[in-house]
Amino acid sequence: MLSTLISGDYPRSRVLAVALVAILVGLALAPFAFPGTRSVNVAAKVAVFILLVASYDLLLGYTGIVSFAHTMFFGIGGYGVGIAMAKLGVGWGSLALGIALALAVSAVLAFAIGLLSLRVKAIFFAMITLAVASFFQILASQLSWLTGGEDGVTYKLPELLLPGTKLMETTILGVEVNGRLVSYYLVFFAALAFFLVFLRMVNSPFGRVLLSIRENEFRSEALGYRTVTYRTVANCIGALGATLAGALYAIWLRYTGPDTTLSFNIMIDILLMVVIGGMGTMYGAAIGATIFVIAQNYLQDLMKLASTATKGVPLLPDLLHPDRWLLWLGVLFIVCVYYFPGGIVGKLRAATR
Amino acid sequence: MSAAAKPLAQTPVAALPGERLDWIPLALIPAIAILALPFIPSLPTWVTLTVAGLAMGMMIFMMAAGLTLVFGLMDVMNFAHGVFISVGAYAATSVVLAMKASMQADSLAANLSAILPAVLAAMALAGFLGWFFERVVIRPVYGDHLRQILVTMGGLIVVEQLIHVVWGPDIIPLPRPATITGSFIVADAAIERYRLLAVLVGLVVFVAMWLVLNRTRLGLLIRAGVENAEMVESLGYRIRRLFIGVFVAGSALAGLGGVMWALYQESVNAQIGMQVMVVLFIVLIIGGLGSVGGCFVGALLVGLVANYAGYLAPKLALGSNILLMVLVLLWRPRGLFPIGKA
Amino acid sequence: MAEALLSLAGVNTHIGQYHILQGVDFEVPRAGLTMLLGRNGAGKTTALRTIMGLWKASAGAIRFDGREITRTSTPDLAQLGIGYVPENMGIFAGLTVKENLLLAARSGAPDKKRLDWIFKLFPAMQKFWNGLAGNLSGGQKQMLAISRAIVEPRKLLLVDEPTKGLAPAIISNMIEAFKELKRTETALLVVEQNFHFARSLGDAVAVMDSGRIVHTGSMAALAADEQLQTKLLGLSLESHQ
Repeated sequence: MLSTLISGDYPRSRVLAVALVAILVGLALAPFAFPGTRSVNVAAKVAVFILLVASYDLLLGYTGIVSFAHTMFFGIGGYGVGIAMAKLGVGWGSLALGIALALAVSAVLAFAIGLLSLRVKAIFFAMITLAVASFFQILASQLSWLTGGEDGVTYKLPELLLPGTKLMETTILGVEVNGRLVSYYLVFFAALAFFLVFLRMVNSPFGRVLLSIRENEFRSEALGYRTVTYRTVANCIGALGATLAGALYAIWLRYTGPDTTLSFNIMIDILLMVVIGGMGTMYGAAIGATIFVIAQNYLQDLMKLASTATKGVPLLPDLLHPDRWLLWLGVLFIVCVYYFPGGIVGKLRAATR
Repeated sequence: MSAAAKPLAQTPVAALPGERLDWIPLALIPAIAILALPFIPSLPTWVTLTVAGLAMGMMIFMMAAGLTLVFGLMDVMNFAHGVFISVGAYAATSVVLAMKASMQADSLAANLSAILPAVLAAMALAGFLGWFFERVVIRPVYGDHLRQILVTMGGLIVVEQLIHVVWGPDIIPLPRPATITGSFIVADAAIERYRLLAVLVGLVVFVAMWLVLNRTRLGLLIRAGVENAEMVESLGYRIRRLFIGVFVAGSALAGLGGVMWALYQESVNAQIGMQVMVVLFIVLIIGGLGSVGGCFVGALLVGLVANYAGYLAPKLALGSNILLMVLVLLWRPRGLFPIGKA
Repeated sequence: MAEALLSLAGVNTHIGQYHILQGVDFEVPRAGLTMLLGRNGAGKTTALRTIMGLWKASAGAIRFDGREITRTSTPDLAQLGIGYVPENMGIFAGLTVKENLLLAARSGAPDKKRLDWIFKLFPAMQKFWNGLAGNLSGGQKQMLAISRAIVEPRKLLLVDEPTKGLAPAIISNMIEAFKELKRTETALLVVEQNFHFARSLGDAVAVMDSGRIVHTGSMAALAADEQLQTKLLGLSLESHQ
């Protein structure tokens, strides 16, 4: 039964399996095991980003496409929920409508971008996606009547998901059973479900064709696969995954803005997560997202200690300054691109052989 | 007709400005300026905007020229190109701040004694960083476009953070030298001195590049190499050495662009290079990847359109260059001056 | 017998995971024209590119003029006296005819006498001296490609399918030009599909199949033996003109 659930894609490394189980259990029990607003926030963000990065891995790791438009789809999902809640009134119906519209818009855009990807070289494609994403960012900040501009849009959710809603008088393990808890588990289970869907996809014949296209496009064409079609489909599915992640994030934050979804920094973060975790493995997304989000929130405290400890030494305190955590992740990223194309997952799997 | 004949052979398109000019894209520059005229209420305003647009265009050209040439010659798209701009700007800032008195003095000589070393420092540091990038970061991934994009993005992240380490995370204000501040009035139109300087510098750089590319043997090698580096090697030239030289020159030029841009904005921040990357890519796509002439025309068009739009339709201004790009691609899908790659 | 100008021994070349050359052994004498024939995909272009250092041999040895050149870089090979005219001609379309030839003259400017000789062979080069190479016709481009290869004296000329896509009238022109070339001190190794061209000019012939040399000998002998032609090249080459 486990095999069906994970589509036969076993971790193939004891350490990896343990890590993945730990992540799963950690996320499942987060509100109880790590109570407190900050830690639950981190857990929710990890769940969302696991899905977001997994959808990007489909593009980069499995199809070999570098696209900088992924945050755009993330934002479409977020704004879909946000605008629906803010403009169409709070309710499950409008929530569903918002998500459905967002998915439709993403599909159309991804299809259009996918058509472009046939004719042009990878570099040209990357540049165009950057321009498109940038344009979308500009649109979002300029159409303030719709999107709230730079400030973004804040909104309420259906009552079941609001923190104020108490579902039970008693508490479970000291944790209040309220809308926030429901929200969290909605996000968690949705992210888990869609992650498993992606896992199924990459282990299907479709996924294998993608891999063969990535390895040798010429031969795939010769074998009769229209790489065009496959690439476009992969592009669309990846975009839809990002849109769903965006919708989940919007539900969790009850806020959508250009800085939480469309910023280029997020695109860079996704790249870091997928490469460090391991391209073309899906599980790499889980590992990468967990490491990154936790580092983003907790590594800085550690670095602060190290920075003050090395006071007086030239340059070192500045290098270890908590704000410089991205520097070290960037270095790790570069090292992975050169020496560990399989990222952490690849390294773990190689170690067991 | 030989199987190897490319459609490019039928159209008299020059990859770089040369004796045989494809004048239509060039004509676009004055065309857009003239087109904007009826929409702008006063002629002096139009003059001010046009100078501003040309100045911005020239600076963008300086920043982008290296990027397009490196791509054309070496088939390398350095997504970290923005760091040369940033580093150049910061290097110049350090020099300028150290020579505050000379900057504020009211004599051109004193100003130059601060600015010239600043510019040289910028170009030297940017050029050195370029050499480092070519040797250490990019050389291992020649030919692998996917990893090239990833690795240069990584380099971008790391260098940006290192800038924070060396120069601090805050925005540093950068005042212009005393003799180049302010505007002078020509028939009711206010023309900023600095912008005029930018246009001049840009023209000098462009003409110098044109001369090197079209009148020297080195330029011949570069133009041939952009088309078919393998063939140039087969003729007996060690083109790899040329690669390094072009990369370093392109980076130094970007450093110069960075200084000028920072003085234009009168401040430096670590994102200065990254912020302008999207614009650079748009200019490259408009001009045609690998074409220096296309880069020049594209940059001026983008500068002009941005300034006119900023005045006429501010909401449109930010997205105006992308719209321009779409229009150009609809007309010429490979850019204004596409290079026929073998 | 004088040592061969160029000799390949057990040369293997891999492109990615494809094993194209699977042990190529043959020699090119110091003078005359050696034809390299074979079906499509036999590995003829790969052989030339490997000799020219554009692709690295994964095994075997190549010797040129008494020295080992298996690992020598392409620019160095050009400087040693090997000229290369690739399958797609490799002319620089954005440069003028003059600039193309200028570039090929590594010493700076083409020798006047040499240039006159080229103009005699290919008058079009003089006519379109300042014209863009990209605007030349297919035949003229091929003439330019060859002019470029001979603007300075070479010891060995590698030519890949010079008549590809050319009209019969131009091919006759080419044959005359190559006959002129043969009168110089340059040895020639030419890959060809056009047997008429091959038979008119070839002194020695080598036939490739599936990455190996399957026959060497004189052109005259091969031209006389129709059975051998069919066996090696799949059809009687009388028809393949």
